[in-house]
Amino acid sequence: MSTVAKQQAGAPYASLERGSGFAVERVRGDFPILREQVHGHPLVYLDNAATSQKPQAVIDAIRNYYEHDNANIHRGVHFLSERATEEYERARSTAQQFVNAADTREIIFTRGTTEAINLVAQTYGRKHVAAGDEILVTAMEHHSNIVPWQLLCEEKGARLRVAPIDDRGELLVGEFEKLLGSRTKIVAIPHVSNALGTINPVGKLVELAHRWNAPVLVDGAQAAPHLPIDVRALGCDFYAFSGHKVYGPTGIGVLYGKAALLDAMPPYQGGGDMISSVTFEKTTYNKLPYKFEAGTPHVSGAIGLGAALDYVNGLGIGEIAAHEEELLAYATAALSAVPDIRLIGTAPHKAGVVSFVMDGIHPHDIGTILDQEGIAVRTGHHCAQPVMQRFNVPATVRASFALYNTKQEIEALVNGIRKVREVFA
Amino acid sequence: MSDLRDLYQEVILEHSKAPRNFREMPAASRHAEGYNPLCGDHFTVYLELDGDSIRDIAFQGSGCAISKASASMMTQMLKGKTKAEAEELFRRFQALVTNQPAPGQGAPDRNGDGHGEPSAEKLGKLAVFGGVRDYPVRVKCATLAWHTLHAALEGSQQPVSTE
Repeated sequence: MSTVAKQQAGAPYASLERGSGFAVERVRGDFPILREQVHGHPLVYLDNAATSQKPQAVIDAIRNYYEHDNANIHRGVHFLSERATEEYERARSTAQQFVNAADTREIIFTRGTTEAINLVAQTYGRKHVAAGDEILVTAMEHHSNIVPWQLLCEEKGARLRVAPIDDRGELLVGEFEKLLGSRTKIVAIPHVSNALGTINPVGKLVELAHRWNAPVLVDGAQAAPHLPIDVRALGCDFYAFSGHKVYGPTGIGVLYGKAALLDAMPPYQGGGDMISSVTFEKTTYNKLPYKFEAGTPHVSGAIGLGAALDYVNGLGIGEIAAHEEELLAYATAALSAVPDIRLIGTAPHKAGVVSFVMDGIHPHDIGTILDQEGIAVRTGHHCAQPVMQRFNVPATVRASFALYNTKQEIEALVNGIRKVREVFA
Repeated sequence: MSDLRDLYQEVILEHSKAPRNFREMPAASRHAEGYNPLCGDHFTVYLELDGDSIRDIAFQGSGCAISKASASMMTQMLKGKTKAEAEELFRRFQALVTNQPAPGQGAPDRNGDGHGEPSAEKLGKLAVFGGVRDYPVRVKCATLAWHTLHAALEGSQQPVSTE
């Protein structure tokens, strides 16, 4: 039985009645891992920007696939292969609706955001970028939206340009606009910054880039769990996100691309499933989206991702966003009140990330002490070393929120920080 | 909290707040850079060698309490030691924080009580880092300065990375 059908039949997972507010305690019950104890304390999981926890619906969908449906897809004539194919393709439709793409042909399953960006760099990029051309990124990128473009620039003799940010962590749109030009062949921007939480005005940036006919890739890894995504409203040409950050499994992600662009792009990897016919003289490639999905894909991962997106849709991304916004405001106020704390990333428009440093205490030491209290945060450079350099800090502590976090957990974080002070007193 | 005090012993905290030999040494005969790309800890270790012995040693850079205190106490410990003695201490120190037997020593301190383990004997004050063994992700913090020292002794031009 499909996950969707199961949910409709039994409604075993929390769903919210409109107007009832966000029933966070009920939602927490959907995530078995939240019952774990860490060093004798209840787990307080505030590392959601690294990866999110998985609801029972996702765990069940993966288990159900392996217990009842497992087969290779797109090639068997037998019953299970048909059923596995159906489930896999249903997950594609779910992802298509999740980002409001026009067609399932525009949804390519990848290993994650990183692979999605590399795919575009190695196919569209290699075809269209030449010596002297430019690729424009921002100063708030994750390494995965820097390095694939650097590799491409190195190969082609092209130049990577970087649009600066201000002291609050907001993109300087005027500077971004000035860096665009006839040499700009690709623009790559994050929807939400992983280290700072800043939400970028993607629609506006796309409009500016399109004036120069530069296609725009949006790194949506940090946006998918927190914001409604509408690729058609944004107007972007490519949009990438990872399953595991939006309550799905690791090893699966999505690349959205406009069909016309994808059609004209050379394939990424060669292998089975991406061809329509092969001879030693000539191979013709499969149609979209299969042209970009060589080899047996991560079938259970796609099905798990489909279940995760169904789960998010069931709660309502708008309700989730409102709940997280409340948590962010609460955490920002609570941490601002702690002496010696400096918040890194204070843009007015942010998603659920609070990054901070403490006078005289290194983030790593803070992380170790918080862990002893059962509180999981991320410490380090968050794969965004240029952001750290911009704010002149070696690292930060990052607390990042998900739909199941509570104000009590933020209080636990603040109390944990008091403990850090005690240890270092 | 007793656990945390095993890691963050008073002497470690004290050294992290007021590191010794924390200065640039422009006339150093050897220096090397050490870097932990995961957390951004970054140190330079300077050596002034007199034949085979370390006449002066200093360090600079930034890092967490564990890495900074370790670097500070290392410089205190190594002044006047020969290169061979420094390398031997490095091996013993590594054995201490990873709970492995030191070269030529018996079984490690499997019960983890932190008392009387052979490798701690010759380490003197450095034995306070024994608590690190219970925090595997912090072992690299404790050993960064030592790896950097090792590179400086070898005259390596490449920055050392813990990864």
